[in-house]
Amino acid sequence: MLTLQCPYCGVQCDETELTAGGEAHLTRHGPGSDADTFEQYLFLRENPRGVHFERWRHSHGCGKWFHAARSTTTLRVFGTYKAQTTEPPQQIRDAISAVHPGWSWRNFGETA
Amino acid sequence: MSLRLSTGGRLIDRATPVSFRFNGRHLKGVKGDTLASALLANDQMLMGRSFKYHRPRGVMAAGPEEPNALMGVGRGERFEPNQRATQQPLTGGLTAQSQNHWPSLEFDVGAINARLSRFLPAGFYYKTFLFPRPAWKHVFEPVIRQSAGLGRPPEGPDPDRYEHFNVNVDIAIVGGGIAGLQAALIAGRAGKTVLLMEQTAQWGGRAPVDGDLIDGGPAQAWIDAAVADLAAMENVQMRRETMGAGVYDHGYLLAHETLSHGVPEGPRQRLWRIRAGHIVTATGAIERPIPFAGNDVPGVMLASALRDFVVNYGVAPGKRTVIATNNDDAYRTALAVLDAGLSVPLIVDARPEVTGALPEQVRARGVRVDAGTAIAKVKGGKRVEGVAICAQDGEGAVTEEVACDAVAMSGGWSPVPHLWSHCGGKNTWDAAQAHFAPDPDRAPTGADGTAFVTAVGAAAGTLQGDVALGSATARLAALLDVSADAPAVEVAAEAPLAACWMMPARASYELRSKMFLDFQNDVKVSDVQLAAQEGFVSVEHTKRYTTLGMATDQGKLSNINGLAILAQELGEEIPNVGTTTFRPPYAPISMASIAGEARGEIFQPLRRTPMHDWHEAHGATWEPVGHWRRPYAFPRSGESVHDAVQREVTNTRQNVGLLDASTLGKIIVKGPDAARFVDMLYTNLMSTLKPGKCRYGLMCNENGFLVDDGVVARLDEDTFLCHTTTGGADRIHAHMEEWLQTEWWDWKVFTLNATEQFAQIAVVGPKARDLLHSLGGMDLSKDALPFMGWADGTIAGIPARVFRISFSGELSFEVAVPANRGRALWDKLVEAGEALGVMPYGTEALHIMRAEKGFIMIGDETDGTVIPQDLGLDWAISKKKDDFIGKRGQQRSFLAADDRWRLVGLETLDGSVLPDGAYAVAEGTNANGQRNMQGRVTSSYHSPTLGRGIAMALVERGPDRIGEVVNFAMTDGSEVPARICSPVFFDPNGEKQDV
Amino acid sequence: MFDVHTALDGASFDGAIRVAELTGQGMIALRGDLGDATLRDAVSALTGHDIPAPLHAAWSGEVTTVWMSPDELLILLSYADAAGAARDLQGKLAGIHALVHDMSDARSLFRLTGPALRDTLAKLTPADVSPAGLPVGMARRTRLAQVPGAFFLRDAQTADLVCFRSVARYVFDLLKTAADPAGRVGYFEGFPEP
Repeated sequence: MLTLQCPYCGVQCDETELTAGGEAHLTRHGPGSDADTFEQYLFLRENPRGVHFERWRHSHGCGKWFHAARSTTTLRVFGTYKAQTTEPPQQIRDAISAVHPGWSWRNFGETA
Repeated sequence: MSLRLSTGGRLIDRATPVSFRFNGRHLKGVKGDTLASALLANDQMLMGRSFKYHRPRGVMAAGPEEPNALMGVGRGERFEPNQRATQQPLTGGLTAQSQNHWPSLEFDVGAINARLSRFLPAGFYYKTFLFPRPAWKHVFEPVIRQSAGLGRPPEGPDPDRYEHFNVNVDIAIVGGGIAGLQAALIAGRAGKTVLLMEQTAQWGGRAPVDGDLIDGGPAQAWIDAAVADLAAMENVQMRRETMGAGVYDHGYLLAHETLSHGVPEGPRQRLWRIRAGHIVTATGAIERPIPFAGNDVPGVMLASALRDFVVNYGVAPGKRTVIATNNDDAYRTALAVLDAGLSVPLIVDARPEVTGALPEQVRARGVRVDAGTAIAKVKGGKRVEGVAICAQDGEGAVTEEVACDAVAMSGGWSPVPHLWSHCGGKNTWDAAQAHFAPDPDRAPTGADGTAFVTAVGAAAGTLQGDVALGSATARLAALLDVSADAPAVEVAAEAPLAACWMMPARASYELRSKMFLDFQNDVKVSDVQLAAQEGFVSVEHTKRYTTLGMATDQGKLSNINGLAILAQELGEEIPNVGTTTFRPPYAPISMASIAGEARGEIFQPLRRTPMHDWHEAHGATWEPVGHWRRPYAFPRSGESVHDAVQREVTNTRQNVGLLDASTLGKIIVKGPDAARFVDMLYTNLMSTLKPGKCRYGLMCNENGFLVDDGVVARLDEDTFLCHTTTGGADRIHAHMEEWLQTEWWDWKVFTLNATEQFAQIAVVGPKARDLLHSLGGMDLSKDALPFMGWADGTIAGIPARVFRISFSGELSFEVAVPANRGRALWDKLVEAGEALGVMPYGTEALHIMRAEKGFIMIGDETDGTVIPQDLGLDWAISKKKDDFIGKRGQQRSFLAADDRWRLVGLETLDGSVLPDGAYAVAEGTNANGQRNMQGRVTSSYHSPTLGRGIAMALVERGPDRIGEVVNFAMTDGSEVPARICSPVFFDPNGEKQDV
Repeated sequence: MFDVHTALDGASFDGAIRVAELTGQGMIALRGDLGDATLRDAVSALTGHDIPAPLHAAWSGEVTTVWMSPDELLILLSYADAAGAARDLQGKLAGIHALVHDMSDARSLFRLTGPALRDTLAKLTPADVSPAGLPVGMARRTRLAQVPGAFFLRDAQTADLVCFRSVARYVFDLLKTAADPAGRVGYFEGFPEP
């Protein structure tokens, strides 16, 4: 039973106050995209053992969507941040680097 | 024989007798007894039968680790199986029954299994019931089912109440022994909010029984003072009879409180859902049995349990107690037994030399202590009659027999690591104490990556009172960054134990096959050895193969002994074999406590419309839609539901009907970019809709599949009101917010789910306008409010918004009024409509009328794999828009294939009603030998309007096959032919609705 | 208005706490940029007080404003005034991007009173309802058993609790069960108020 802090209202949410929304930082591809790109957008997801970026909604609360960076193995939370971004903020990346030097996730990560 | 002693018993009140019944017999105990101690006081040594061999069993322990004394407690609806007699407080009138025997506890037919034990080895089921395969169904399974299971379920619904309680605390401490109390004192003084839990009814744990001196006085005095100090701290909460059941991610702790002594009409159990900044496990340790032949005969028990019974309850399992041990602690039992005036004829100590202070103290009282010896065998069946002695370092040649009626055994102590381990805490093998103990460097870690559980006291492997308090103090002080002093504890120094996994060390097979590891599941040393010989090297596999540790006690007594035997047999070190996984709950908790308050009327939220009470009063039968209850039909006295539905349809088509449409979703979308946004949400071009007008729209997901539909009304230039399906309101509102917040966050749009603000009533039928006009208010003539228009005004003095839309094909007005005034409008419509023949109708009549018109229903014609094009709704898909949610998805090649199943109507040749979901069969079979299919029925009704069965179906290339007859398979193997037709059965030109 | 019926017509229950549905209660939902000066002025003119801080409620006279999210307020006022006040507010905000709607009928409001207030809430919500976690004036939107709900404390022994109208009966029954005097917990009653 996770707890995550909502970056909008500041509440330390109980998992039962949240709704999970799958992987974060997907780029939408609409009409005109080729089949491979569309498949990537619609179906292909990371399944990492370790650092992961996810979407959550504070559904039993302020109703806002936010992103969380956490480890799927230790459940350590590196931080939560607002959803109006296409990439994790530097502060979050730094928090991950402090624990997992050399981490990478999709096209994000430490440039070795 | 077991007996009540004339003195002693710190927890009992001898002056207050308590009557109870055991297996139908009336017995007496005293206040403060547990069921187990009261049974011992009545010389009831035999307390149950084991699961597999039905061997007679007595009480083995004095706490939650008890494997044998499981009882069915209570009667009728309050009967509870598998209650541990050692934890069951004795209350007046308590009724208990032993389990797992027939016809009686004393004479049990199932005991024949014990004689067959040679033929019931480890993995017996796996080996035996393989062949012949048909025997499984007709022979093996029925027989196994008869003999499987422990206890029987209660009869009737549970009459009691249960509840949850959510708290957030800085420090949650599980275990109210001296280490837990000391941890609470330190955390409390440091100003933390503290919740201290103890599973028994007493604070202090074992210290008062073991006779430690704390701060120069008896342990009890220190405990009383600590409890008083804690009670005075406003930031500390203390709960007894509350068991820490499980530790989960991010400091979540479940605890189970028993309120057996609470207010009778109050809740019986309370499940605590605790969010703790840090969890301290002070859960103590459990003594290990010693595997020797006959270690399960009633009268053999853990040395500590025997001591507990003597000191706490003033009962003893016998007058002559032989003690078998490999450590000094068991000598405390000898002292307690001697102090109670009972005799200890012999102490069998596996260690080659016995020179510690405690043994010397016992020797000084004239007790014979034989070093390097072992119990070869316990004599007796239903109770201990004596023991045969042999050398520990041998094969079991008997040197002597000693008469006794009780045997106390101690193989050393193991910390209770369950809560520590539930969420990933690791344990380290401590060879000196022969146990696994929590490794502070490998603690479970929380959200911030730091340890969130600390083990203290015996649970941390610090078994003796002095080191327990010392290390608990040091760990808490370090955790909280405060300074704290440990009280001085005087304890007798203990000499090291010698690991003893079997008595004697090289016992013969005959002896090994009588040495029990898991008492509840009857797993013996020989079983684990056999598993190892058969190639089971993983402790997890061995556990499942032999069922070691898989009983209701989850191996609390058997774990370490079992894996030591496995390690020995594999020639491995114990730490290399490792432990099995510890999973919550620590001890079983009731399903009812997990359900909490959710039962009866509040099992689930039931959503009610403003007119709900009227529907109920007028005999509505209900259709659940999400959490809503919608009237399905309003059968009249003596009328069947089917007839009522037919009547409601006919009346609506001929006169006027009322439908409670309040449950439809109503979402307001407003802002400068609202038009742009609804164009993305709907497949239609919504931005061209004029204020004052309505349009039917479709919503898809990114896959292109249809997920919701409804009428959109444009309220003004930048405001839309989007109606959704009843079940879709919350989902679609969330869908809108998701896109606005996470994709188009720069668009200026706000949404509001106003579903519950309005009561909505559909007034439907040729006389609908007359009815509404009779109430006074708005002009609803064809010119004032044309089809697919909406207008604001008042009706019967109530502010209303009227939508001229139709889901039935009839003249129809949907009237939205403030929810608090919905009932008033409904009442007025019913009253005024009497002369016009108004009748309410339910969801089934609604369904029939929409099906007669060929209108689709989300969830009937759609199943998450259907695109609007499959349903002939191409007209609602804008070709002018570059993009909408689902547009790209619909362009995928397989969705454009011409052999997709598409919507058609069906008319059975004989006029009958096809079963909903029936499949249309095709020629040939598929790769699995199943009949090929070419379509299925999505909606099917008897149409009173047409006087015959009508259906909608998705059929392969359906619209191209109008007129063709296809066969639908029935469950009885027969087939019903039906002709493919247009799905619009009634008024295909839509003339009735546009008048 | 004799034909106005709240979900429970003002039902009440006296147990470990008193639970009463308030009738005559109006509500206005406002979505907009809460930092916008026009919006702040218009709201203050209506309510008579400043917009509350995040996660808080503010009140003066008969009007209360509850912070619902970074771009949403719920204004509690009398039912008779709500529709007109919503129209006025919408008019004042016509020039900015904001959504105002009379939601007086969409939700039910319960007044909870008594010393066992926090204990009763703790049986139903995972939110921290300790004096430190939920001081007077703080507002929490959270879960009440299986439905969404929101509450705030007006003083140490008085709370207002809001839920959707359709589940008013469920929430009332939940509160009745939780406030059964026989189920007293006595957990927060001894806690010091900060």
